Amino acid sequence: MNAMTGSWLRVGDINDIPRRGARCVKHGDMTIAVFRTHDDRVYALEDKCPHRNGPLSQGIVHDGCVTCPLHNWVISLETGRATGADEGATTTYPVRLDGTTILLSLKPAKVD
Amino acid sequence: MAKDKLVIIGNGMAPGRMLEHLFEKAPDAYDVTIFNAEPRVNYDRIMLSPVLAGEKSYEEIVIHGDGWYAEHGVMLYKGHKIVEIDRTAKTVRSEHGEVAPYDKLVIATGSMPFVIPVPGHNLPGVLTYRDLDDVNAMLLAARDGGDAVVIGGGLLGLEAAAGLMNQGMKVTVVHLMPTLMERQLDTAAGYLLQRELESRGMTVLTKANTKEIVGPDKVRALRLEDGTEIKADLVIMAVGIRPNGILAKEAGLDVNRGIVVDAHMRTSDPDILSVGECAEVSGICYGLVAPLYQMANVAADTLAGDASRPFKDSSTATRLKVTGVNLYSAGDFAEGEDREEIVLRDATAGVYKRLVLKDNKVIGAVLYGETADGPWFFDLIKNGEDIAEKRETLIFGQAYQGGSPLDPMAAVAALPDEAEICGCNGVCKSKIVSTITSKGLTSLDDVRAHTKASASCGSCTGLVEQLMALTLGDSYNPAAVQPMCTCTDLGHDDVRRLIIAKELKTIPQVMQELEWKTSCGCAKCRPALNYYLVCDWPSEYADDYQSRFINERVHANIQKDGTYSVVPRMWGGVTSAAELRAIADVVDKYAIPTVKVTGGQRIDMLGVKKEDLPAVWGDLGRAGFVSGHAYAKGLRTVKTCVGTDWCRFGTQDSTGLGIRIEKFMWGSWTPAKVKMAVSGCPRNCAEATCKDVGVICVDSGFEIHFAGAAGLDIKGTEVLGLVKTEDEALEHIVAVVQMYREQARYLERIYKWAKRVGYDEIRRQIMEDDERRKAYFDRFVFSQKFAQVDPWSERASGKDKHEFKPMATLSLEAAE
Repeated sequence: MNAMTGSWLRVGDINDIPRRGARCVKHGDMTIAVFRTHDDRVYALEDKCPHRNGPLSQGIVHDGCVTCPLHNWVISLETGRATGADEGATTTYPVRLDGTTILLSLKPAKVD
Repeated sequence: MAKDKLVIIGNGMAPGRMLEHLFEKAPDAYDVTIFNAEPRVNYDRIMLSPVLAGEKSYEEIVIHGDGWYAEHGVMLYKGHKIVEIDRTAKTVRSEHGEVAPYDKLVIATGSMPFVIPVPGHNLPGVLTYRDLDDVNAMLLAARDGGDAVVIGGGLLGLEAAAGLMNQGMKVTVVHLMPTLMERQLDTAAGYLLQRELESRGMTVLTKANTKEIVGPDKVRALRLEDGTEIKADLVIMAVGIRPNGILAKEAGLDVNRGIVVDAHMRTSDPDILSVGECAEVSGICYGLVAPLYQMANVAADTLAGDASRPFKDSSTATRLKVTGVNLYSAGDFAEGEDREEIVLRDATAGVYKRLVLKDNKVIGAVLYGETADGPWFFDLIKNGEDIAEKRETLIFGQAYQGGSPLDPMAAVAALPDEAEICGCNGVCKSKIVSTITSKGLTSLDDVRAHTKASASCGSCTGLVEQLMALTLGDSYNPAAVQPMCTCTDLGHDDVRRLIIAKELKTIPQVMQELEWKTSCGCAKCRPALNYYLVCDWPSEYADDYQSRFINERVHANIQKDGTYSVVPRMWGGVTSAAELRAIADVVDKYAIPTVKVTGGQRIDMLGVKKEDLPAVWGDLGRAGFVSGHAYAKGLRTVKTCVGTDWCRFGTQDSTGLGIRIEKFMWGSWTPAKVKMAVSGCPRNCAEATCKDVGVICVDSGFEIHFAGAAGLDIKGTEVLGLVKTEDEALEHIVAVVQMYREQARYLERIYKWAKRVGYDEIRRQIMEDDERRKAYFDRFVFSQKFAQVDPWSERASGKDKHEFKPMATLSLEAAE
């Protein structure tokens, strides 16, 4: 059911994710967390905090960031980087909306 | 290259300060091992009196927490007393047989309280006043009220006396000399102090020589030389200290009154140093913190190979830490032919000031009632400044010089840069000002952390705050409340008040009306706001699950690998074969790796995959289980003992009451977790006296306790009151929890809230004000209508099902 649209994969509908929440996409052993912000932007990150691999999909989403449920690191949804005094980054994946359909690419976004 | 081994015997304030200085100066020079006979970290002994008076807790006076030792790689043996120093082998041995080699050894064994060898001095109930154990013993003894006698009217004795009086004991001070604190005060100030203490209800007997402590089984009374007998349940000896040089003497080091050291803190063995109250420099042993800290700095220099700053004796200033008594003395104030004095008395205001002059220099100062000028006088003493020109106005203090108005800010502004602000830590004005500026400090805590000023006894806090106000201008606001988070300037209390006052009923509404600075809050404020709204508008507010921590969102506890643990409720800790069988089946069926009995008398299944949670709950639900809320800021467990059902000592049906409380209160959300217990008799097998709320059953009814803690902090409960029936017990317990729900800050446990609000106020509202108690109870009952829904059965039936399974599972080919 994961129809191809070029290299974009259809993974679900935006209404599957609550605002300020996340849902997971499984890909083999890897889990990608797809986030929806309060203003309906979507972001995709590997579901692993750079600190101790906490599942970011389970964190609280606020202002373009997610707070990891294990030790409260705050990760930017856009860059995947830890904010504040912490250092580290998690892989981000390109994701976009086609209407209400969420399209995800499995080619990691470049981190500059 | 292997580092040299530094071993320290004793873990008081002097060696603590020495290490701080050493780590700054030569961070990698030594592998450090500390042997502490006390089973704890380094704490501020100067602050024991505020702990005794109930104004501070042990946690607040810790100088170096466990983390500090870990961070600096220090091996700290707590509760290990060293019994032998072998100077030939260069090792020390503890009473537990631990042997540690040293290259350099520091002896910091401190001092021992002096015990007058009168008959009865070793009866139970005779205590000294030296360390935290003494304070705890005194607090325990004071719980039953009664009469206390303090022998010794010096600094320590009076602080102990005031503390015990604060704890509700009737206190008599017995002092050998004609006036109190004769080493620090002249007779006039000693008299004023005595009058002040007597007006507070303390009995003070001077020129009183103790002859005997009367027993026979425990302390009953104290008898004086003149035959007077004073009733006593507790006797505190605070007659002085003796440097503890026993270990050093046994090791063959030179010991007079204290361990003899040179100006670089070296003993007669060059590889062994000594600091603190046990050390004797140029024939003097010290007891006040400033010279001890100076010793510590010198010793650190010596260990780092720097001999440029030998120890120098300097005069010290003293303050009495009895709340409401202002007393300051410094220098030498004995009378003499070559001395003059300036005295100011204002009887109505209770002020007495006396300066002792010699050759137009101030050599001593005693201030009573008004002590703000103390540091300024102390400065004049230390600098030996010629005061001929300001002699006329000198006694009026610094602000009066040059006719400027009597403004405390002006007084601080006028202090010279080198004026000492913090006597304990030897911090001068310029150091504080320059640190505030260079590090951009804005809070008192910051200044304490960076400069150590006001970090010991705290009596200079006012001065430090004035300096901060001077340096920072209007941007410093000492009364500022701690904001909830960076999204707002409002504190928790204001937010709670405004939610009610403005009838704010959704998170976006709160953020709009209270002018939140971020668009949708953060992980700190959102869960707090969600709780406040759940609590305040139970029938109207729609719980925002995206503002709950993951545990409360999915009703299970997240583990470090992202799996969850599941704890079903076992009412009052009672279970059955059927329940145990159901748990066993679930464990097998879902291959749950770990099953563990919790501290709250129930069973925890750990390592459950998130996808399995609804099915696990479904199976458990069929056996009658509901959620144990082990993940919630809410009611957790009610531990019980077996009570009258089985126990030969039980006085009431403690199991039944525990189950009743748990069934009544489960599902309620609270600011932080709430753990309870009911014990069937005062033997307290359910450990009710360290719980958030606990009940001790007695023959005459139910003693309700609250505000205990047994986690990060350990604290025994306070007694709320005694009630006769189970119904009353339930009503009182529910009411106190509802009061807490309505007033506490999010994540604030009951014991912290209660301390802030005041135990007496809580007792007044719950025990004495029947109407108010009933209202609390009714509000709780109303909110339970909406809260008592088993979250597990809801989810097992399909609620939030998206939460528990992936949105999509991509086949691997799709990704190619």
